[in-house]
Amino acid sequence: MSEDTPKADKPGSSRAPSSETRFWNDPAKRALIFQALLIGIIGFFLFSIVSNTLNNLETRGITTGFGFLTDEAGFSIPLSLIDYTAADSYGRTFIVGLLNTILVSVLGIIAATLLGFVMGVARLSDNWMIAKLSTIYIEIFRNIPLLLQMFFWYFAVLRSLPSPRQSIEFLGSFLNVRGLSVPRPVAEEGLGMVFWAFVVAIVLSLILVRWAHRRQDATGQIFPSGWASTGLILGLPLLTFVIMGAPLSLDAPQLRGFNFTGGMTLMPELVALWLALTIYTSTFIAETVRGGILAVPKGQLEAASALGLPKTRTLRLIVIPQAMRVIIPPLTSQYLNLTKNSSLATAIGYPDLVSVFAGTTLNQTGQAIEVISMTMAVYLTLSLLTSLFMNWYNKRMALVER
Amino acid sequence: MKYAIEAALPPPPNTVGVLGWMRRHLFNGPLNSVATLVIGFLAVYWLIPVVQWMLIDADWVGESREACTSGGACWVFISTRLDQFLYGFYPSGEYWRLNLSFIMLAILTAWLMLPNMPFKGWASFLTLVIYPIVTFYLLTGGAFDMPAVDTHLWGGFSLNLILAVIGIVAALPFGILLALGRRSEMPIVRSLSVVYIEIWRGVPLITVLFMASVMLPLFFPEDISFDKLLRAMIGIILFQSAYMAEVVRGGLQAIPKGQYEAADALGLSYWKKMIMIILPQALKMMIPGIVNTFIALFKDTSLVVIIGLFDLLAIVQAASNDPDWIGYATEGYIFIALMFWIFCFGMSRYSQHLERLLHTGHGGRN
Repeated sequence: MSEDTPKADKPGSSRAPSSETRFWNDPAKRALIFQALLIGIIGFFLFSIVSNTLNNLETRGITTGFGFLTDEAGFSIPLSLIDYTAADSYGRTFIVGLLNTILVSVLGIIAATLLGFVMGVARLSDNWMIAKLSTIYIEIFRNIPLLLQMFFWYFAVLRSLPSPRQSIEFLGSFLNVRGLSVPRPVAEEGLGMVFWAFVVAIVLSLILVRWAHRRQDATGQIFPSGWASTGLILGLPLLTFVIMGAPLSLDAPQLRGFNFTGGMTLMPELVALWLALTIYTSTFIAETVRGGILAVPKGQLEAASALGLPKTRTLRLIVIPQAMRVIIPPLTSQYLNLTKNSSLATAIGYPDLVSVFAGTTLNQTGQAIEVISMTMAVYLTLSLLTSLFMNWYNKRMALVER
Repeated sequence: MKYAIEAALPPPPNTVGVLGWMRRHLFNGPLNSVATLVIGFLAVYWLIPVVQWMLIDADWVGESREACTSGGACWVFISTRLDQFLYGFYPSGEYWRLNLSFIMLAILTAWLMLPNMPFKGWASFLTLVIYPIVTFYLLTGGAFDMPAVDTHLWGGFSLNLILAVIGIVAALPFGILLALGRRSEMPIVRSLSVVYIEIWRGVPLITVLFMASVMLPLFFPEDISFDKLLRAMIGIILFQSAYMAEVVRGGLQAIPKGQYEAADALGLSYWKKMIMIILPQALKMMIPGIVNTFIALFKDTSLVVIIGLFDLLAIVQAASNDPDWIGYATEGYIFIALMFWIFCFGMSRYSQHLERLLHTGHGGRN
């Protein structure tokens, strides 16, 4: 780097160059020269990398380009959310892997959020034992590498489960070494109506909440809109469900020979990955939640109780909105971390993006540069989207100061 | 009228002592009492078999799996292979070299971490400059009468430590430069730093390791070749310096504006201002952040198993697949978990302690 950068760190402190300043003492010119030099160095560096790479690829007989994406893949993937056979293209393996990554991330995010909120609140509980147990849970699982937890669940727990014939049975589900077989819900005639009832209920409760707000503004009377809309959202679809004659049947898994047919089987790799991601991330979410709740100043609680607000309403109107403002940005980055961590799937053989695309496809085609860049681009896009969301959220939530 | 002070009444019996404590902390209200009983029962119910298996029924001494007869945990699996788990395939006559470098590291870190130790400037110089050079010769050998030890023999827990320490120490200077770049007023420098930082922070470490192991050899002329460990290290350092940059930026932002302005008013040049005024104060603020990134990196060093290095996890995994010891993977995992946990928990406690210290000591950051 240069001897001196142009200005100090803060705007407004720059020194205007006097007329007799030599050009190497003029901060603006110096910055220009320095930046030109930097571009030159980086450009040379990139150029040598590219030319070396092209040379190396040539000697190894690898052609560059994305043409390989349309070639036939020729390997099968044990879990796919879309139709996929070995005859499909490499491009399709990318989609399959991406969808599997999204599947486990979404499952993990839902479970980790629930568990994390419970644990975070439990750590603040005034019940000594609950608080201590939750502290122990958090401190243990936060400080053990995720990969180890994954290996533990996969190799030590799920791999040592009994064979399908000796499955552990509970609630119509079967747990064995081949995974978790659960009944599959099968939609029948009329389920669409239930869905529409659900949509109608949501719209109705939105209208209800607006009406309740307006009434409270006008008269000061409080309408229990929370309970009413919960009842509406749960009740209306349920009512339709009963009226339509329960248009949903369960396809229960059946033991046939050595394996289960019917139902839905979660592969053990998915279960292990899901468990490990959930438990590991939930400890970080719990700490975020705890921090958020503690960040609400004590004066707010005192003010609420001075106003005579009951405990539940204090929580709903005072604590949660202020805590969420603090919680949501780190929470989103935990979600991003979980998604990135799901790439460890490759170590236990869950067919996620890294395992399928940067693993098998890379090994079969040898297109290291293209494959790795595409994989990195996916994660990069996700993280840029997350930070865009966070910026938007922070701007929306920023305190309006006078 | 005469007023006499009466002796205070004794406190109600159920607010003091063990009973009172339990009443206040465990049974204050019907809901809490039920929760205490149910959760307490579940915890004990689950804990008893675990303790039974791990400690009471366990086998501790022996030479082979024949010693494990009691049905509990078989810690013999760990004790017979402890050397391998800790030192990998490093020649056993040379273990002292690893030990010596870790002891030196422990002394230096203690020197840096404990408050009120003199000559901290010298200690950081030793840690950041002299120590890496000494350790390099100590570990690789080939000089001063020490036989050379090829890096493919490195492994076990010492490999995790080496990777994490090198990752942090080497990433620190890059991180400082990147953070300064990100706060610079030169548009090109700033945007290059931002792009670098955001790219590396946006991708998972595992793709970085993949990249380092398959793409890195393509980037250099054919006559330059890296061994596997060096490739992993380059990947880790590139990745870690982006995280380090964010930690450093946090520290720089915590320095009051007046410090920058005072340095400018004295007419100090940019580098003098940074090196003599800003960075010394900022680095102190950054220590908790650095410790936290170190914890994260330390846990992540277990990922190198995926590119075929034999760290602790990989070596235990391989050992539990050994036909002589099949079926003892759980003991192995518990051992690894304990090793990592002790280090990570200890460090996280230290960083929390430091954060509290900094918060009170530097209350006036206006």
